[in-house]
Amino acid sequence: MSWAEDLPPLDGGASAPDTQAGHAGGRWSGRCWAPGVSLRDCRPARRRVWRNRRNATLIVLAVVLTLIPVAMILYQITSKGIQTMDWEFLTSSQPFSLRRTGGGFLNGLIGTAIMVGLATLVSVPLGILGAVYLVEYGKGNWLAKLIRFFSDVMTGVPSIFVGLFVYTALVVQFGFGALMGAASLMIIMMPIVVRSTEEMLKLVPHELKDASYALGAAKWQTVLRVILPSAAPGITTGVMLAVARAAGETAPLLLTALGSIQLTAKLWGAPIQALPLAIFDGARNPFAAGQARAWAGALELLLIVLVFTIMARVVASRSRISR
Amino acid sequence: MRSGPSSPPAGVSLPGSSAETVAARLWQRKGVGRRADSLFAILAGLCGVLVLLVLAYMVISTTGTALPVFRSQGISFITSSDWQPSAGRFGTLAFIYGTIITSVIALIIAVPLSVGVALFLTEYAPKRLRTPIGYAVDLLAAVPSVIYGLWGVFVLLPLFLQPSADFLAEYLGFMPIFKGPASGLSYFGAGVILAIMITPIISSLTREVFSTVPTADRHAAYALGATRWEMVRQVVLPRGRAGIVGATMLGLGRALGETIAVALLVGSAAKVDPSIVRPGYTMAAVIANTFPEATGEHIRALVGIGVVLFVMTVIINMAARAIVWRFNRI
Repeated sequence: MSWAEDLPPLDGGASAPDTQAGHAGGRWSGRCWAPGVSLRDCRPARRRVWRNRRNATLIVLAVVLTLIPVAMILYQITSKGIQTMDWEFLTSSQPFSLRRTGGGFLNGLIGTAIMVGLATLVSVPLGILGAVYLVEYGKGNWLAKLIRFFSDVMTGVPSIFVGLFVYTALVVQFGFGALMGAASLMIIMMPIVVRSTEEMLKLVPHELKDASYALGAAKWQTVLRVILPSAAPGITTGVMLAVARAAGETAPLLLTALGSIQLTAKLWGAPIQALPLAIFDGARNPFAAGQARAWAGALELLLIVLVFTIMARVVASRSRISR
Repeated sequence: MRSGPSSPPAGVSLPGSSAETVAARLWQRKGVGRRADSLFAILAGLCGVLVLLVLAYMVISTTGTALPVFRSQGISFITSSDWQPSAGRFGTLAFIYGTIITSVIALIIAVPLSVGVALFLTEYAPKRLRTPIGYAVDLLAAVPSVIYGLWGVFVLLPLFLQPSADFLAEYLGFMPIFKGPASGLSYFGAGVILAIMITPIISSLTREVFSTVPTADRHAAYALGATRWEMVRQVVLPRGRAGIVGATMLGLGRALGETIAVALLVGSAAKVDPSIVRPGYTMAAVIANTFPEATGEHIRALVGIGVVLFVMTVIINMAARAIVWRFNRI
C-alpha cells in the first residue's frame, strides 16, 4: 500500500529508474510478470495515475470552496462589526429611527437572554427526563420507538412552522411577548436535548448501574445519583448546542415576540426584541446607520453562539470517560 | 468489578442487566420505594409523551386555523399561482415552486462539495489537518441564519451573486432557465446561500458514514493495486451510498424550511418564473416577510402555507431517517 499512499511523481523523481515500462499503456502495463522484476516497478498506467491526481485535486478544490465562506463570514462580520461595536452599543437600546446613528442592541440582548433562558429552564429538565424514559424505562418498546422517531421528525420541522403554531395556539389569545417567544424556542430545543441526552445515556457503562443496584439503590436513585452524573458532561454538550441554536433563531420569534425598539423585561403583554430580530430589521432597511448596527449586532450574536458551540466542544472533549 | 474466576470479562454487560431485575424484585417488598420508583417512571414517561403531544397539537392547531382557507380555495390553494390576498385569492403554487427550485439549486451545489469535503477529511487529509478543517466546516453549521442573510445581502450579493447571475444571463441566456434580465436577488442567489448553509450538515453525516468503512477493505483495494481514487470509487463510495442519500435528504429538509437568509435573498416576486436568475419567492420567506402586515383571511392563508411546508419537510425527513436507519442496521 506504500506507493498508493504516496504516489511518486509522473516523471519518476525518487522512484525506480525503469518506470518507463509502467507507462507503456494498457490497464496493467509494466513488467510485473517478468522474473526478477521487483514489485516496486509495477506502477499503474499513466491514465489511472492521472485520474487519481485529477480527482484528488477536485476534492481539495471542494474543500477550498467550502472554506472560503467560513473565512469570509468570520473576517467580514468581525471587521464590519467592530467599527460600530463600542461601549455605547453594548449598553444602550435602539434609537427611534433606523436613520439615526448611535444606540445599540441592549434591548435585543436582554430579550434574547430572557427568552433563551426561559426556554432552557423548561426544555432541559423535560428533555433529560424524556431521554431517561427512552433509555432506562422504555428501552425498545413501541412507545419509546414512537417518541424517538417523532423527536427526530421534530428536529427537522422548519422553525417558522413552530412560530406559526405558537402564534395560532398562544399569541392569538395572549398577544405577542417574551413567554410566547420562549415557548417557540422551547419547542425547538426540546427534541435536540432529548436526542443528544439519549445518545449520552446509552454510553453509561453497565457496570456502573449494576454496582448501584448491588448496593441496594432503587431505579430512580440509580438514575439520579449514578447515571445522570456520569453522563453530565455529554448532556451539557447537547444542552449548549441547543442553546446556541435557540439564540440564533429568528423566524419563530418574528411571529411570537414580534420585536420592539423599547427596552423591556415584561414576560407577557408587550412585544419584546431579540438580537436576531434586530439584525434582521437592520439587514432589511436602506439606512447606513441601521445597517452598521446590524453588523455590530451580528458580531455580538456570532460571539455568543460561538462561545456556546466552542464550550460544548471543550466539555465534550474532556469527557471521554464514558466512551 | 474485581475479576473473580466467574465474572465476565470487562466491557461485556450481563444479558438483560440481571442486577436491575434483581434490584427491582428486592424493592418490590418495600412499599415506599416501589411507589417512588413507579412515580419516577411515570414522570419520565410523561416527558417523553410530551414530545408526541406537542407535535400532535402543532398539527391540529395550525391545520384548524388554516382550514377555512383550505375549504374556500380547495385544491387551487396548491395548484394556482394567483396570489392576491386583498382580493381573497390564495394560490400558493409560486411559493411551492420557489421552495423546490431554490432547494434543488442548493443541493446541486452542496452535494458534490459535501462529498468532496467528507472524502478529504476521511481519506485524503493528513492527520494534522483533519481536526482544524473539520472544526471550520462545523463552524458553518453553527452560524445563525440571520447572519448568513446579512452577509449574503451586503457582501455575497455585490461580490459574487450579481456578477454570476449577469454572466449566466449573458452567455447562457438563450436557455429559458437562465433568461435575463438577471438579478442577484433571485432563486439562484437564494440557492447559493442555502448551499453554503447545508454543506456542513450533509458533509458531517457523510463523513460519519465514510468513517465506518473498515480499514481492511481499504487495504484490500490497495493490495489489489488500486490507486487512491480507485479505492475511494470502489470501496468507500459504494459503502457510503445510502448514507449520502440520507444526508442529502436531511439537507433538503433543512433547505426547504430555511427562512431568514432566503427571505433576504430570494427577491420577493410572487410568480412562477422558469428563469432561475430572476426574483421569486419561497414558502418560508413569504410567511416571514408578509406575516406582520397580514390580517384575517390572509393570516389563515399564510398558516396554510406553513402546513403545506410542514407536510413536505416531514415526508422528506421521514424518508431520510428511514434510509439512514436502514443503513445503520446493516
